[in-house]
Order: sequence, then C-alpha cells, then structure tokens
Amino acid sequence: MSALLEVIGISVSFDGFRAINNLSFAIAERELRAIIGPNGAGKTTFMDIVTGKTRPNDGQVLWGENSRSLLKMSEAQIARAGVGRKFQRPTVFEDQSVAENLTMALSAARGPFAVLRWRPSADSDARVAELAAEVGLGDQLPRKAGELSHGQKQWLEIGMLLAQDPRLLLVDEPAAGMTLAEREQTTTLLRRLAEKHAVVVVEHDMDFVRRLDCKVTVLHEGSVLAEGSLDHVTANPQVIEVYLGRG
Amino acid sequence: MRKPLVLRHPSILIFLAVLAVFTVAVTILSAGYGTGVISTSMVKTLGKTLCLALAAVAMDLVWGYAGILSLGQMAFFALGGYMIGMWLMVARTEGIVAASLANMPIPPTQAEITQATATQIFGVVGADSFPAIWSFAGSLPAQLALVVLVPGLLALVFGWLAFRSRVNGVYLSILTQAMTLALALYLFQNDSGLRGNNGLSGLQNIPGLDGVGQEKLSVWFLWASAIALGLGYLLIAWVASGKFGSVTRAIRDDEARVRFLGYSVEGYKLVVFTLAAIITAVAGALYYPQAGIINPAELAPIASIYLAVWVAIGGRGRLYGAAIGAVFVSLLSSWFTGGRAPAIDLGIYTINWVDWWQVLLGLSFVLVTLFAPKGIAGLIRK
Repeated sequence: MSALLEVIGISVSFDGFRAINNLSFAIAERELRAIIGPNGAGKTTFMDIVTGKTRPNDGQVLWGENSRSLLKMSEAQIARAGVGRKFQRPTVFEDQSVAENLTMALSAARGPFAVLRWRPSADSDARVAELAAEVGLGDQLPRKAGELSHGQKQWLEIGMLLAQDPRLLLVDEPAAGMTLAEREQTTTLLRRLAEKHAVVVVEHDMDFVRRLDCKVTVLHEGSVLAEGSLDHVTANPQVIEVYLGRG
Repeated sequence: MRKPLVLRHPSILIFLAVLAVFTVAVTILSAGYGTGVISTSMVKTLGKTLCLALAAVAMDLVWGYAGILSLGQMAFFALGGYMIGMWLMVARTEGIVAASLANMPIPPTQAEITQATATQIFGVVGADSFPAIWSFAGSLPAQLALVVLVPGLLALVFGWLAFRSRVNGVYLSILTQAMTLALALYLFQNDSGLRGNNGLSGLQNIPGLDGVGQEKLSVWFLWASAIALGLGYLLIAWVASGKFGSVTRAIRDDEARVRFLGYSVEGYKLVVFTLAAIITAVAGALYYPQAGIINPAELAPIASIYLAVWVAIGGRGRLYGAAIGAVFVSLLSSWFTGGRAPAIDLGIYTINWVDWWQVLLGLSFVLVTLFAPKGIAGLIRK
C-alpha cells in the first residue's frame, strides 16, 4: 500500500526553539491513525505544516500518487487537493445556519466567480440533508450554528469535513470538552470516516485513543518516539518515561 | 424551485418601495415638476444624499459583510466624480469658447478652440495645455468608462497588494487611510493635472442641456441617483445573499478557517473590494454634478471615516441599515452645520451647533457602539 501522505525529515524552529525535529511520518489511504504525545511535543505544529499554515525550515511533505510537494501550496490549495482539518476548538461559522455551514463546505468549484453563479439545486439540498443526518443534526438544519451545544458544533464541523470529501482528515483533539455519551458517538463517527478517508487523530485522552483501536504514533520533542499498536507503544519504556509515567 | 431573491428577503422589496415613493414624492413637491414646496437646492441635497446612501451600502458590503474596515472609500467616490467632472468641464468650456470665437472675422480652427479651452481651464494653475490624463476628456463614453475603470483598477491593485500580504484589521484600515491621504495630497499639487486645490467646478451645468433649467436638471439627477441606488442595492443584495455572501461573512468571522475549506480568501476580498469601489465611484459620478464642484479636500481621510460612522450608526451587516444611517446622519449633519439649528444658550456658554455637531456625532457613535451595536437597523428588527 503506497502512502497518501509522506512527511520526510521535517524540522521547524520558532525563535530558536525546535518545535519539530527531523520528523518523518507516513499514512496510507483509508488508514486511521492516532498521534499522542505530551504538551509541546509538536502535534499541532505538525498539522500546521501539513495544512500549509506553517512552513518547515527543512524536509519534504509529499502528497498523493504523484508525490506532489505540499510545501509550495497555499492553505486553500492544500485544502482543495484533499486535506481537511478539524480544529481543537469547534470552529464553525456561528452566525450562519447549519445548512449554510454545510453548503459552504460541500465540494464544488471554489473560485469567487463560480461561487457567485452557484445556486442550490435539489442535489445539493439532498446532500446537505444527508450529511446533517449522518452527524446527527438532521433536524437542526435551519438553526444557527452558534446555538448548538459544544458537542453538536464538533459534529457539525466533522460534517463539514465530510462535505469537503477530503482524502485525508486531520482531527485535533475531537473529544476535548465532550460528555461521555458524546465521546462514544464521536468515536463511532471517526471510525466510520476512516472507512472512506485517511484520518489522523491528535488526542490527549488515552481512553479515547484505546477506543479508536488503531495504530498509534507517539511524538516527543518534535520527533517520533514510537509507533505501533497502543499496547505496543505503552509497553515502550521510553514512552512510559516521557509521557505516561508522569500521569 | 427557489423563490426569487426579493421574496426571500422582503427587506429588499420594502427598501425599493420606500425609495420609489420618496422619489415620486420629491418630484411632485419639486420646483421643476411640481408644486415647488421643495426648493431646487433641497432637491439637490436629497439627490446627493441618495448617492451617499449608495456609497454607504457599498461600504457595508466591504465592512459589514467581508469585515474589511476600509477607511478609504471616499477616494473611489471622488475619483468617480473627477472622471465625469473632466468631461463636464471640457465640453462646457469648449462650448463657451466656441461661441465667443464664432463672431471673429476668420472662423477659428478646432486647434484654436482646443487651445483656448485649455487656457481657460488651466489658467488658474499657470498652464495653457491639456495634461496627458485629459486625452479622453472630450469624449463622454470614454470618461464614463474611466469612472468605472480608474477606481476599479486602483482598488484592484491596492487590494491585491494588501490582501496578498495578509494585511488585516486595523493595519489595513490605516493603509486605506494612507491611500486616500496620499491621493488627496497628490491632487492638491497644481501640476497633478486636475487643477490642484481649485478642483473642477461648474459641474452642475450639463453641456448640451443649456436650455434645461437647474430646477428640472436637479430632478433628473435625483431620478438617476435613485435608480443607481436601487440597482446598486439589488446588485449588492444579490452578491451578499447565497453562497458567495455566506463565504464572505465566513471570511469576516474566521478567515483562517475559510482557507482550510479550500477558498482563496484573498480572491474573495479582492472581488468584494473592487466591486464596492466601482459602485462607490458610480455614486460619486452622480454626486458631484449635483454638488457642482469637486476638489481634493473631498478625499480627506475624515470623509471616509464619516462613511464608516454612518454605516455603524445605521447598522452594519444590514444593507438597509447602511442606507438609513447615511441618509439620517448626513441630512442631520447638513442641518446642524448649515447654521439652521438653533443655538442653545446655557447662560455661561452658548452651544453653537456648527462647532458642536462633531462632538454630538462622536458621542452618538460611541453610544451606538456601546449600547446598540446593530445600529438603527437593529432597533427596527426588534
């Protein structure tokens, strides 16, 4: 299985602090992967680099069959190439309805003039309704996103990612601030997502990661410390030393 | 099948209806076409106010919808005025010069008429020939095209540079202020080619319409301004609705997130900024023939700040709010500064409204920001 995303030896420093240090990472099509690591391990910076928000000082980020470099592309171009991102805090457009949020994310031409001419069709309405139902917001379409509960916002954001139909989804701490029931539903949602898309989940919560039941990459000080099943990495003495031991 | 735009947003229909009723009422009460209850100068003031309302609605698209607090909109407004003013001045002066030379024993050549016209127009700045930028000034279609092209191009280039470098928020506002100030300072120079601080004058006289009195012309311009406001409002409402409007508001609220959805934020800002600049320029091109004169003071940074204040007081993010704000505050402003507002005698101090109006306006702005952030339009909604 060839890699969908391949990150080779990237390094980035902010004011002398090496946030990412010679990090290499690869994920295959339709793979679910969890990234764990203590605070400051470089998890979020890693996502920033893949999505084009931060430029690495060194290294390569290659994408897709033709191994295109993502480093010369803007955030919007990377998103259009098929990398979706879910932020830690739910970032939906609170002033707009659930339907409007989903419609914006729906995969379609993104240029200003194409969007100016775009009109909703029976197809697009049906797709929006279907997506909303998929994330459990089927009856919330006309509501403003700002009125939704924290958990519902998280799901709406996941729904928007689904609408974008990316090949790779980067999900930052999806379970943060969720109730137990919401977590269960989120786990199911992510597992379902991974059937069609590659998904990278950055998470602090060990129980949550255990429930995802997937390959785990442990980051520490900007590099990969260990990789494998959760049981495998948690048995690693180094991992216990830097991360789990402190808990 | 979806309902058409105006039915989905009844406020558009109400706005257009109010505008139509207003225009008809002013026409019936005007000196040119009706009873004469409203003086010609008042008709002009009302016509100019409609142009300001159009500029405010365009400002709302830029600020209220896209979140770009542009404090340089009046540069586009004035440029539109200058472009049409050039034709008005040349055509009219040429007519006068030709008439005065017609009685000469030898009929004047076209070159002589042009030369005399140039001396007439540029004598005040010590020049006697047309600068290069006046090359097309003799042609109405060319100058009408420039009304759109010059401000449009300025907005495109300025916006491209600013948005591409991701200049945002207060820094962008300062940059737009600098733009309008720089342009004003440039135009103040006598060798700028636009008559320096004299500006362009006599714009109320429309060449070829000498037989039509100002009392009728003023009503014609009121109609033209009302039509421009109506069409501009419809266009902006159309742009601001639907998916484009949705993306635009999303950019205002969280532009980084919009980028990760795959939209080129810069492209959208550029389209909105340029479109608004063009609409503002059209408003200016209709305003200055009613004002009669334009000079570089019109581009002063404060003018664009006023525009933002009107939109804030009217209620940004709602197009009719911006129009209400512009109409309400600009009319109030001309009443207070016109010397007709009664001074208040406090015994030890007399409040003279010509001086104190600015304080009152500033205070209202602060109060609106604090207590009614949605402005006058927000009160209507309730």
